[in-house]
Amino acid sequence: MQAALTGPRTSQIDARYRLWTLALLAPAALFLLLNFAIPILTMLWRGVSEPELISTWPRATRALRQWNGIGLPDETLVAQVGADLLSSQEAGTLSRAANRLNFAVVGSRSLIFATAAALKSNPKAITLERLINIDPRWGQRETWSALRHAAGPFTSFYLLAACDRYLDADGHIVSVPADRSVFIDVLMRTFKISVVVTILSLVLGYPVAYLLASLPEKLSNPLMLLVILPFWTSVLVRTTAWTVLLQTHGVVNKTLLALGLAHSPLPLLYNRVGVYVAMTHVLLPFMILPLFGVMKRISPEAVRAARSLGANPFTAFRKVYLRQSMPGIIAGSAVVFTLALGFYVTPALVGGGADQMLTSFIAFYINQSLNWGMAAALSLLLLGSLLAVLLAARLVVKPAEVLG
Amino acid sequence: MIHLKGGLGWIGGALLLTLSGCQREQARPLTVVGWGGSSQQAEEQAYFRPFSAATGIALRQDSWHGGVGVIRTKVQGGDTSWDVVEIESEDLMLGCEEKLFEPIDWAAIGGEGFVAGARHDCGVGAVLWSYLIGYDGDRFAQGGPVSWADFWNTARFPGKRGLRKTPKYTLEIALLADGVPAREVYATLRTAAGVNRAFRKLDELKPQIVWWTSISQVPDLLASREVAMSVTSPGRLVVANRTDRRHFKTSWDGNIYAVDYWAIVRHSPRKAQALQFIQYATRADSQLRFAALIPTGVTNKTAASAAPPALREETPSDPRNMTNSLALDTAFWVEYGDQLTQRFNAWVAR
Repeated sequence: MQAALTGPRTSQIDARYRLWTLALLAPAALFLLLNFAIPILTMLWRGVSEPELISTWPRATRALRQWNGIGLPDETLVAQVGADLLSSQEAGTLSRAANRLNFAVVGSRSLIFATAAALKSNPKAITLERLINIDPRWGQRETWSALRHAAGPFTSFYLLAACDRYLDADGHIVSVPADRSVFIDVLMRTFKISVVVTILSLVLGYPVAYLLASLPEKLSNPLMLLVILPFWTSVLVRTTAWTVLLQTHGVVNKTLLALGLAHSPLPLLYNRVGVYVAMTHVLLPFMILPLFGVMKRISPEAVRAARSLGANPFTAFRKVYLRQSMPGIIAGSAVVFTLALGFYVTPALVGGGADQMLTSFIAFYINQSLNWGMAAALSLLLLGSLLAVLLAARLVVKPAEVLG
Repeated sequence: MIHLKGGLGWIGGALLLTLSGCQREQARPLTVVGWGGSSQQAEEQAYFRPFSAATGIALRQDSWHGGVGVIRTKVQGGDTSWDVVEIESEDLMLGCEEKLFEPIDWAAIGGEGFVAGARHDCGVGAVLWSYLIGYDGDRFAQGGPVSWADFWNTARFPGKRGLRKTPKYTLEIALLADGVPAREVYATLRTAAGVNRAFRKLDELKPQIVWWTSISQVPDLLASREVAMSVTSPGRLVVANRTDRRHFKTSWDGNIYAVDYWAIVRHSPRKAQALQFIQYATRADSQLRFAALIPTGVTNKTAASAAPPALREETPSDPRNMTNSLALDTAFWVEYGDQLTQRFNAWVAR
């Protein structure tokens, strides 16, 4: 009887709380959805969808999808492609189709424009023979196969290209020639740089965070200010400052020469060394702050207790302090690693030719060549491999083990 | 129910905020977007302030680093915060095809008064700029490099070379250095053999190359003796000579030149004022005011003929500076840019 009386009341309160919570979360959730989730998903969607040709050549793409892709197309398909080519020229959308085809077969842009111009004189009677007379490339299977693969609505073209692969005219996945194969290398390089920068930040940041956490506040506060100070300076300025320090006749090299530690100036800039140094400097606060937050909560008595029970300083540190600071190490490393993956300005300014990271290519395809499908596919590649790495890390290092 | 209403209130409030943001957009002054740095400072003096003073039209500045993708995002997303942008020819070409710009009313601007490359359906030529050899005169007192072949000659002119980390300009320069006449450069690059030839020529110089990404790095690279000579635009070096008392010199033979344009972003709410600004900024007196601050080629014919001799020497307006020069082929780079960028990056990392 008593249970029946109290039961509904608590669940009512629960429901009310739940409603409250939802109402409070709704604006934030809506904001995230509108400003974050939807734009990112729409962008990534471009990596697997094929909107250009469908929207500009509606009838020809339908016919192309039905074509089996063997040999050269029949005259009805050719006539349909010719008709849509002319009508899209009329509508002013021909460049969209031309640019899309150019992504697959370089030179298609001028081929499409020249063909449209030549067909205009006699819009009727569009035959394969006439197209081949305009440009012999219309007699090649590669041209028609590129058309068929771009007819949508979905495509593997961009994702394959992001992995240095493409579909040939027979539908086999093949590697692009070695002299143009670049993205897998760049992806590996991006991960390698990020791992090294994360390790460097940890090695440099850990003692600093320890010092900050163990000093009395009167001393640690001003030091903390020094850690946060770089946040108020732009990344560009900090990177440029490293240029001044690291260049051939710069401060670092002059000091090394004066001290007799080097006989000739060391190459510290426009190579990987410069990238590591500048990126570590920029990202260091992101390592120190989470470490500091965790270390501040570690009781100094715990290490003292271990020492008094007979552990040597190293064992006491390893078994007691390091264990307890592990959440900070994981949080700091995850933040630094993820931010490092997206770096772009710093490697461009202090790195050499072999230090470009994947994001610089994404920026190129977004801004310069308007090949947004390719940009989306490269983003998917980066996102996918990051998730894979995080998942693997979770399987290898169980959080409970680390924390316990 | 009350709680739900509270939530709705929040959403309503957020929507209202967004809407008021849009409204502020309508009320904002005419917005002109340049390339920042010393060039935009000069534009402020030569164009922006005098324009506002003469017409009473308030003007807001913004800056960007180019890339038609930025404009596409704005136009497709309904963002009308920019009216006039200064833009490179490739971006203008791609954007014009996609209808990202308002067509230029050439009857109002007066097309006859401009040099040939300055007239575009979607843009009016703002400056004529060039990429050429820049070096420190103090370092080569006996006489510096005079051609791209000299740029490759590390025996006679020892030291590193600065080049822009893009296939654009770099491949053209390699072919010019290899003895390809300027008028045949793009025909050669359109063939696989021609591209291979350019990369083979670059192989020779590769260990000596320092790649830069922003033109503002060039005066520093030369001043710190990091490089002996570099690809550069001359204006930056002239400004450094004036302000930092450097003795930078330039060699014009085989320079690559291109036009940057003023363009009006599609759906600009201040179209008429935008056109008025472009008209003002491309007048002969305005362009000469700008060129006096940063020596660049002018696109207005009257300005070109009225330029003082000292200025002409430092710009493409002097015919002696235009021997064997090469006009950047925008259509070529729109078509071959993706492929060559991939190949260039694979090569550069090797």
